Amino acid sequence: MEITVVQALGHATVGVVRELGRTGWFLLYSFYMIVRRPGSPLYVLKQIRFIGAKSLFVIVLTAGFTGMVLGLQGYYTLAKFGSEGMLGTAVALSLIRELGPVLAALMVTGRAGSAITAEIGIMRISEQIDALETMALDPFKYLVTPKIIAAMISLPLLCAIFDVVGIYGGWLVGVKLLGVNPGAYFYEMEKSVVWRDVYSGFLKSFSFGVIIAWIGCYKGYYAGHGAEGVSKATTESVVLTSVLILIWDYFLTSVLL
Amino acid sequence: MITLRNLHKSFGSQKVLNGLNLEIPDRKITAVIGPSGEGKSVLLKHLIGLMQPDSGEVEVDGESILGLRHSQLNRIREKFGMLFQNVALFDSMTVFENVAFPLQEKTDLPADEIRRRVFSALEDVGLKNIEKKFPDELSGGMKKRVGLARAVVLKPDIILFDEPTTGLDPITKRAIHQLIRNTHAKFGFTAVIVSHDIPEIFDVAQNVAMLFRGEILQHGTPEEIINSDHPAVRQFITGSLDGPIQMN
Repeated sequence: MEITVVQALGHATVGVVRELGRTGWFLLYSFYMIVRRPGSPLYVLKQIRFIGAKSLFVIVLTAGFTGMVLGLQGYYTLAKFGSEGMLGTAVALSLIRELGPVLAALMVTGRAGSAITAEIGIMRISEQIDALETMALDPFKYLVTPKIIAAMISLPLLCAIFDVVGIYGGWLVGVKLLGVNPGAYFYEMEKSVVWRDVYSGFLKSFSFGVIIAWIGCYKGYYAGHGAEGVSKATTESVVLTSVLILIWDYFLTSVLL
Repeated sequence: MITLRNLHKSFGSQKVLNGLNLEIPDRKITAVIGPSGEGKSVLLKHLIGLMQPDSGEVEVDGESILGLRHSQLNRIREKFGMLFQNVALFDSMTVFENVAFPLQEKTDLPADEIRRRVFSALEDVGLKNIEKKFPDELSGGMKKRVGLARAVVLKPDIILFDEPTTGLDPITKRAIHQLIRNTHAKFGFTAVIVSHDIPEIFDVAQNVAMLFRGEILQHGTPEEIINSDHPAVRQFITGSLDGPIQMN
């Protein structure tokens, strides 16, 4: 009985190590392909349209309401200390340093990350990936590297849009509804936000872009059999990407602070 | 010539190929027949390196394809074309784009020449005015034809057919078999067809190999297989429920 438990534990450990190795290899090989054979810019542009442009609506919507909530919460907290004039700073720093990159990445994970997994997973189970291989073509060149490059470009841009829309969401609530001085809102913001804040936000969203495309492609590429396999891969992709984004965010924040 | 020697392949505890030996001659149509689930498609995927055996040898034109680096394997794969069981057309591309894709990616041909070759390949398989359609707008038979056009467009030396007539009505089935014969006569490639279309496959193939329990039971001309005394071969050809092939 004890041996069985040890065997099961060993088996599970080997499984986890193997999966980690395969996931790491997938990312390394993707970067190798980006450097050696990045593929047609047309594929990258198509993916920028899909990951970036088509996520715009959900990003603007989320950013607007996030900024409005920050305006509302920030106002009532700061009013307790008589510092309503600092609302612009509070909203901007929260968005630029933290909420912009993280929420934009989580939104893109839900919209594009899941679709990437489903698309590649369906290509896997319908033998389209095998078809590429039989043509002596590397599937990474067509399916993986364009998505990773596109996500690395799109996420910082979406994050910038998220930040700007969020700041105006906070302005709408703070200035227009709650009567914060409009000059103070932007003046305090301009005084407090430094290049390092913006830079760290962009660095985060850049790396989140890599995580979204990497895990999305990986889970699809190794999807199991049939519709159930693709469905399972899609769920795992969204959950794993979201968790990795939050963990990686903590590490990056602790390094960049 | 493709040579398979003592090929073993298992999935978990399930043994699929069990010391399989087979020689596939050049420029002929070889059919691999056998009951469903006996590993015919697995065998086909070993020929092109989509699957690696647990042990054994796969040689294409005298060169082993096992343990090769990716670039070396791709050099061998350039000799092959393949028609998949589910055709595996790229569903986000039109028919034209599907057939043009190998030419665009593997050759430096100008756009006009690619266009000419795509239309010629589609005409060879009896298709016209469907270039702008997407795969999901085509019938099963049309998809198979487009898949065949894509497989032959680079004029490969070897074409693998994985159950090319599965799910088709008898007339379309016959048309696809005729198409394989005609394209083979025109281009002279080596063909390997995995099939359980009995007796139609005997009109198409010049060699037939019967796969059962992971081994080739018998390999010969269609006449030799039809007249075989082997109980499993006889049972498979006649479709009898009694015999060594049991439905579990």
